[in-house]
Amino acid sequence: MLQHAPILPILIPFAAALVLMAGTGRGPGFQRSIGLAAALAGIGAAAWLTLLADRGEVLVYALGNWPAPFGIVLAVDRLAAGMTLLTALLAAVCLLHASHGFDARGRHFHAFFQLQIVGLQGAFLTGDLFNLFVFFEVMLLASYALLAHGGGLARSRAGLAYVVLNLAGSALFLIALGLLYGTLGTLNLADVALRLQGLEHDFALARLAAALLVAVFALKAALLPLSFWLPLAYAAAGAPVAALFALLTKVGIVAILRVQVVAFAPAPATAGLLDWLTPLALLTILFAALGALAAGRLRALAAWLVLGSAGVLLAVPAHAGAGLTAAALFYLVQSTFAGAAFFLLAERIGERRGAAADRFRAGPPLAAPWLALGFFLAAATAAGLPPFSGFLGKLMLLEAFRATPAAAAVWGVLLTAGFLLMISLARNGSRLFWERKTDQAAADVPASSRRRSAALVLLVAAGPLLALFAQPLADYAARAAAQLHAPGAYIAAVLGPQAKSIERQRRP
Amino acid sequence: MEALLAIAIGTLTACGVFLLLRGRTFAVVLGLTLLSYAVNLFLFASGRLMAGAPPLIRAGAFYTDPLPQALVLTAIVIGFGMTAYLVLLALRALAESGDDHVDAKVREGRLGQEHGAGEAREPSSPPSSERGAGGWP
Repeated sequence: MLQHAPILPILIPFAAALVLMAGTGRGPGFQRSIGLAAALAGIGAAAWLTLLADRGEVLVYALGNWPAPFGIVLAVDRLAAGMTLLTALLAAVCLLHASHGFDARGRHFHAFFQLQIVGLQGAFLTGDLFNLFVFFEVMLLASYALLAHGGGLARSRAGLAYVVLNLAGSALFLIALGLLYGTLGTLNLADVALRLQGLEHDFALARLAAALLVAVFALKAALLPLSFWLPLAYAAAGAPVAALFALLTKVGIVAILRVQVVAFAPAPATAGLLDWLTPLALLTILFAALGALAAGRLRALAAWLVLGSAGVLLAVPAHAGAGLTAAALFYLVQSTFAGAAFFLLAERIGERRGAAADRFRAGPPLAAPWLALGFFLAAATAAGLPPFSGFLGKLMLLEAFRATPAAAAVWGVLLTAGFLLMISLARNGSRLFWERKTDQAAADVPASSRRRSAALVLLVAAGPLLALFAQPLADYAARAAAQLHAPGAYIAAVLGPQAKSIERQRRP
Repeated sequence: MEALLAIAIGTLTACGVFLLLRGRTFAVVLGLTLLSYAVNLFLFASGRLMAGAPPLIRAGAFYTDPLPQALVLTAIVIGFGMTAYLVLLALRALAESGDDHVDAKVREGRLGQEHGAGEAREPSSPPSSERGAGGWP
C-alpha cells in the first residue's frame, strides 16, 4: 500500500468519475455522495502523501514497473505533494458549494469535476513531459465542460475562445515535445535535465524547444501577452467552477518553476532563457491592477485578482533562490484561497441584489452583515492588508526579492498594484454594500444552504487562519523550496544510481 | 524525403494558422484540424525518417524508433476528442445566438448571466453577412 501512495490522488477521483458516469441516470443524491466521498478520500490521500514526502526523499512510482527513462514515472517531492493537498482541499470546498443546485443544471457535472481533479493532480505529480501533456489535456477537457456548465450565450462564447486558444496551445506543446525528443531522445524530466547538461550539438534546437515549452506554460499561467482569455473565461464561469479555476493558472506556474529549476537553469544550452519572464510578469501585475480598477462587476474583479496573483508568482522562476521560491509557494497557497473566496462571494452577493446582481452600482439594501464581513476579510486578504495572510505572503516575497537585481522594479510594481487593488476593492465594496436605491425591491433571499455557507466560510476563513498558522506552512514551503533547488537528488531518485551508465544509441 | 515532409508540415501549418485567424467558427475548426495534422507529422518525424523499418526492436534488426509512433497515436486520439467537443460548442453558440462569429460580442453587462436572464437573442447584433466574409477583427 505504501508504495502505491503517489498514485492514489489520481486514482481516487478517476474511479469516482467512472462510477459517476456509469450511474448517470441516478439522482443528485447519489452523485453528490459519490463526489463528496471521493473529495474527502482525496484529501486523506493527499495529506498522507504530503506526510510521506515530508520525510525528505523523492517518492518515485514507476507505472507498469518500467524503470525511469523508458517508462512513465510519477515523482513526488514536497512541492508536488503540497500542491496535491492544496488541490484536494480546494476541490472539496468547491464541490461542497456546488452540491446545492448548481450541479443539477447538467447531468455530468460531478463526473467532469472529478476528471478535473484527475488532471490537476496528475499534472502536479508526473515526472514525464509527455505524461504532463496528457494530464494537461485531461484537465483542459474537463475545464471546457465545466466552463460551459450552466448554459447561457456568454458561457458558450467565452468557452469557444478558451477552447480554441488552449487547442492552439496544445499544438505548440506537442511541437515543443517533438523538438525535445528529436534533440535529446527522451521526455522524462530528470533525463531531460541530464541530457541537456551533456548536450554537445543542436544547442539552438534545444533552446527553441525549451522556449516553446515555457511559452505554453505561460499561456496556461496567463502571462501578459497571453493573458487576455483569462478575465473573460473566468468571469463567465459559474461560481464553484471559477473558484476551482483559481488553481488552474497555478499549474502553469508550478510547471515553469519545475522545468526551470530542474532542467533549464543548470544547462548551458538554456541558460538565461527566462530573462524576459520577470518584466512580462511585472507588466501582467500592472495590467491586472488596471483591469481590477475598470471591472464592472464583482466576478470580473475576482478574475482580475486571479490574474494579478499569477503575475506576482510568474516574477519568481527566473531568479534562482530557495528563499524566493519558498515565499512564492506561501503566496501561491494564500492567493488561491483568496481568489476562490471572491468568486463564491460574488455569487452570494449577486443573488441578493436582484437585477443589479453583482454589478458595482446602487441596488437594493443588502441586509446581510455577515456577507459584508466576509467581503471585508476577503478584500483585506487580497489587497495584502496587515493582519491577514495576503500581507504575510507579500511581505515574504518583497523581503526575498531584496537580494535580486530586479528588486527596485518588483517593489515598485507590487506596491503600486497593491495600492490600486485597495482603491478598487474599497470603492466597489462601499458601492455594493452602502450605496442604496430604495425604490428597487430586494431580491427574494434564496433558501440558504448549510453546504454553500460552509464552503464560503471555509474559504474566507482561510485568510485569517493562514495568517495565524503561517509558521507551519512557511516552514513546509521553505523545505519544499530547498528540496526543489537541489535537483540532483530529484534526478538521482528518478533515474536510479545507474543514471550515467544507461546505454544510448547515437542518433542520426 | 526530408524536404518533402518539411514542405508538407510547413504548408499544413501555414494553412492551419491562416484559417485559425478567420472569424467564423467553421474555418477555425478546420484550421485547428490542419494544425493538428501538421503537429502529428512533426512528432512522427522527431523519431527520424526511415523507410521500410518496423518499429520493433529485435536483435541486430533494422528498426525505427517506436516511441514517436506511440506519442502520435495519443496525440491523434486527444486531438480528435477535442475537435469533436469544439464542434459541439460552436454549434451551441450558433444555436443560441444565430451567428457563428467567434468574436465575443457579448456586452460586459451580459457576461455570465445565468440561465433564463441572459438567454435572449441579441437583436442588435448585425446579420452575419454584414461583418465581411473575412471576419478579421
